[in-house]
Amino acid sequence: MQMPSPNPAILARKQALAARLLKALPPDAVIQDEMETRAYECDALTAYKCPPLLAVLPRTTQEVSDILRICHEEGVPVVPRGAGTSLAGGALPTADCVILGVARMNEVLETDYENRIIRVQTGRTNLSVSGAVEEEEFFYAPDPSSQLACAIAGNIAMNSGGAHCLKYGVTTNNLMGVTMVMMDGTVVEIGGAHLDAGELDLLGVICGSEGQLGVVTEATLRILRKPEGARPVLIGYDSNEVAGACVSDIIKAGVLPVAIEFMDRPCIEACEAFAKAGYPMCEALLIVEVEGSEEEILHQLGLIIDIARSHNPVELREAGDAEEAGRIWLGRKSAFGAMGQINDYMCLDGTIPVSSLPFVLRRIGEMSQEFGLDVANVFHAGDGNMHPLILFDANKPGDLETCEAFGAEILKLCVEAGGCLTGEHGVGIEKRDLMLHQYTAEDLEAQLKIKDVFDPKWLLNPAKVFPLSVTEGRRSMALAAE
Amino acid sequence: MKMMTPQSEAELAEIIAGASGPLCIQGGGTRGRTVEGDVLSTCSLTGVELYEPGALTLVVKAGTPVAEVEALLAAENQRLAFEPMDHRGLLGTEGEPTIGGVIAANVSGPRRIQTGAARDHLLGVRFVDGSGQAVKNGGRVMKNVTGYDLVKLLCGAHGALGVLTEVSLKVLPRAEAMATVAVADVGLNQAVAAMSASLGSPYDVTGAAYDPDSKTAFVRVEGFADSVSYRSKKLAAELAGFGETSISAEGEPLWQGIRDVSAFHGREGDVWRISVKPSDAVELAPRLEAEALQFDWGGGLIWARVAEGNDLRARVNVPGHATLVRASAGTRSRLGVFQPQPGLLAAISEGLRRQFDPKGIFNPGLMG
Ligand SMILES: Cc1cc2nc3c(=O)[nH]c(=O)nc-3n(C[C@H](O)[C@H](O)[C@H](O)COP(=O)(O)OP(=O)(O)OC[C@H]3O[C@@H](n4cnc5c(N)ncnc54)[C@H](O)[C@@H]3O)c2cc1C
Repeated sequence: MQMPSPNPAILARKQALAARLLKALPPDAVIQDEMETRAYECDALTAYKCPPLLAVLPRTTQEVSDILRICHEEGVPVVPRGAGTSLAGGALPTADCVILGVARMNEVLETDYENRIIRVQTGRTNLSVSGAVEEEEFFYAPDPSSQLACAIAGNIAMNSGGAHCLKYGVTTNNLMGVTMVMMDGTVVEIGGAHLDAGELDLLGVICGSEGQLGVVTEATLRILRKPEGARPVLIGYDSNEVAGACVSDIIKAGVLPVAIEFMDRPCIEACEAFAKAGYPMCEALLIVEVEGSEEEILHQLGLIIDIARSHNPVELREAGDAEEAGRIWLGRKSAFGAMGQINDYMCLDGTIPVSSLPFVLRRIGEMSQEFGLDVANVFHAGDGNMHPLILFDANKPGDLETCEAFGAEILKLCVEAGGCLTGEHGVGIEKRDLMLHQYTAEDLEAQLKIKDVFDPKWLLNPAKVFPLSVTEGRRSMALAAE
Repeated sequence: MKMMTPQSEAELAEIIAGASGPLCIQGGGTRGRTVEGDVLSTCSLTGVELYEPGALTLVVKAGTPVAEVEALLAAENQRLAFEPMDHRGLLGTEGEPTIGGVIAANVSGPRRIQTGAARDHLLGVRFVDGSGQAVKNGGRVMKNVTGYDLVKLLCGAHGALGVLTEVSLKVLPRAEAMATVAVADVGLNQAVAAMSASLGSPYDVTGAAYDPDSKTAFVRVEGFADSVSYRSKKLAAELAGFGETSISAEGEPLWQGIRDVSAFHGREGDVWRISVKPSDAVELAPRLEAEALQFDWGGGLIWARVAEGNDLRARVNVPGHATLVRASAGTRSRLGVFQPQPGLLAAISEGLRRQFDPKGIFNPGLMG
């Protein structure tokens, strides 16, 4: 992975910069020791590592503003960081950057059940947002599998999704307002407890901008009342095609499950070996979950089961009680862990039109032969968001490179099928160089124009999202202006 | 003043590249005339590019009439879930609303509180920027975080950043049944509390509106027939403490009326649309000194009909925004259609407009 070479003038000023930051911040907020900065050298895309120049851990919006103002004046790049669970290298430092971690900013600022919102500092973890409103039977809907660890900050930056977004939408559909610090230290308030923008929808473009437009310190989030109940059904088929047709028929029938998860045979086998959930051995498994009162659940499951039967399933398992429901989810929820047990793996995140599912899965199978690496597929079938997991051996020379090449081919395939490079993990550095497969240079130029307005010096989260060749001119102009 | 109706995106791009004066961007022109200048209409850019009911996706050219889109979806038992308003009755305009106009103005109806706004159903756009460059953003799939989300930014930009030529939408199943729970004889305070209680219930409410004239709050549920019957009964029981409740299954015209603010049709005065935190509506309403009011979104959307020429924004003392939807040309230019943003945000928005429309020709003066 090519990264711009660090600016030697900045590296030489490390002490002076640390001293300036220490004047503005409490002593424990600035981390300069090389042993300690190493903790920030990578996110969950661990194949790439680079310790930052410094790390800072502010507690308030004011402190974030001071940090950014200083870095802006000094011309030092800043990489915002939440919990560091990005799978795209979104929080990967450069050697000449300051990592700005919001993990200490984890307070609930306001809960308002009457207006169904919660306002939090963005370092708060996703699951603990729901935790804060659980008492009153409310929850925050977007539920990435990493929800125990990942922060709202990263969720907003990546516009993260989750298993239940077929019904509830992703982060952008549940985000109502932010407090954001611009690179020059100014603080802006966008949106709030009211709905929609009165002028341009700035919130819409900030969500998903991967930390490149500003540092989000507080967020107003929509909370929802929990449904009365929820229950999954497990359906097994002996071909991916048939499972795909079943998904399409369920949707066409007007049932809108909260989740439709799909696993292929390699994934089922791995999960079974790891979690022993008692899954049937077949080519494709669907887990379909519905919500509502007992009667509503039974009615929806009835419709789904009728449709499933019409496609001749090899297995159809209803959950009689909570324990059985838990078992149905068990294997799916441990899919990543299971993969981690057998092997190193790379988790991809392309989206395809649901209708091209069988074709794409067949092609991935063929490519798996060509590249000589196994791949298991687990994904959110209702919305076409695939997570192929490519298995490789990090200790075997060349295996990572083969895996990356294979991954790139799968993502290009997703684009060719009418989909996109990333459905919820973000571009980061991982998919940066593939962007020209999905967009033309002109399409990307329109996106760069946004960055120009928010961060004219191009200091925030450098070298992510866009191919370096595309941003070259802007980066060198900004540098020359320093 | 010319009227230009390009037949293709390429032709549209050529016109924009060659233009130097103000352009009034229009779809069907039903949402009122925006600015003085040559009219650039998308009404000839029509047609369905792709419709996959099993994937809940529709890709359609921007000038396609909304009625055509709705008929197409209805044939597959689907719909635009965000329930876009038809402005013709309120504004006294004629013509055919286009899907591009709906998206450019982020037009959403009562169901916005549950399913989201137009922007939440928009998956991708094609547009031509102010230099004549065609740009694509987003796509046709439901989940897509590839690069910056210009899709949301263009939705609701009222043409100021680009002229939409194609939009991809998420569509949803049409509900099998619907019921409305009415709570009779409640004041605004009680009505907002009742709507809040229903929106905070597990019964998946898809509409919560209040009519101060009849002093009635309306709460809607939709879905499969048995489920609707179950949930409406539960709601009626839970709301009984606020006022006398009744359940009706014939709510279609009622909700269409709320969506289109039909109570204001043909009545004189300026019309404002105000978005606030629902509970703020209670204190705000009397301050507006309105001739008539209507409340939607659990109280968070206030429609106000006021005497001509008054600056209602001066009376709004809570966070949110007020848009002048109907007024004379003079009042519109004097008060501005959109609520001015605080300084820093205004500078960002202005910066974006300059980037995307360097000649300043798209609906100049409408925003900012
Ligand atoms: C096991 C596992 C499962 C996962 N499952 C899912 C899933 O189901 N769905 C899904 O969508 N993702 C998933 N992810 C990916 C990841 O958890 C999400 O992208 C998450 O939102 C990242 O949050 P974070 O706080 O860890 O952010 P980080 O990794 O710290 O940062 C992510 C990005 O956000 C930026 N950023 C961080 N803080 C700020 C801030 N304050 N202001 C501006 N920008 C900021 C960073 O610069 C970076 O670009 C998974 C990851 C793992 C490891």
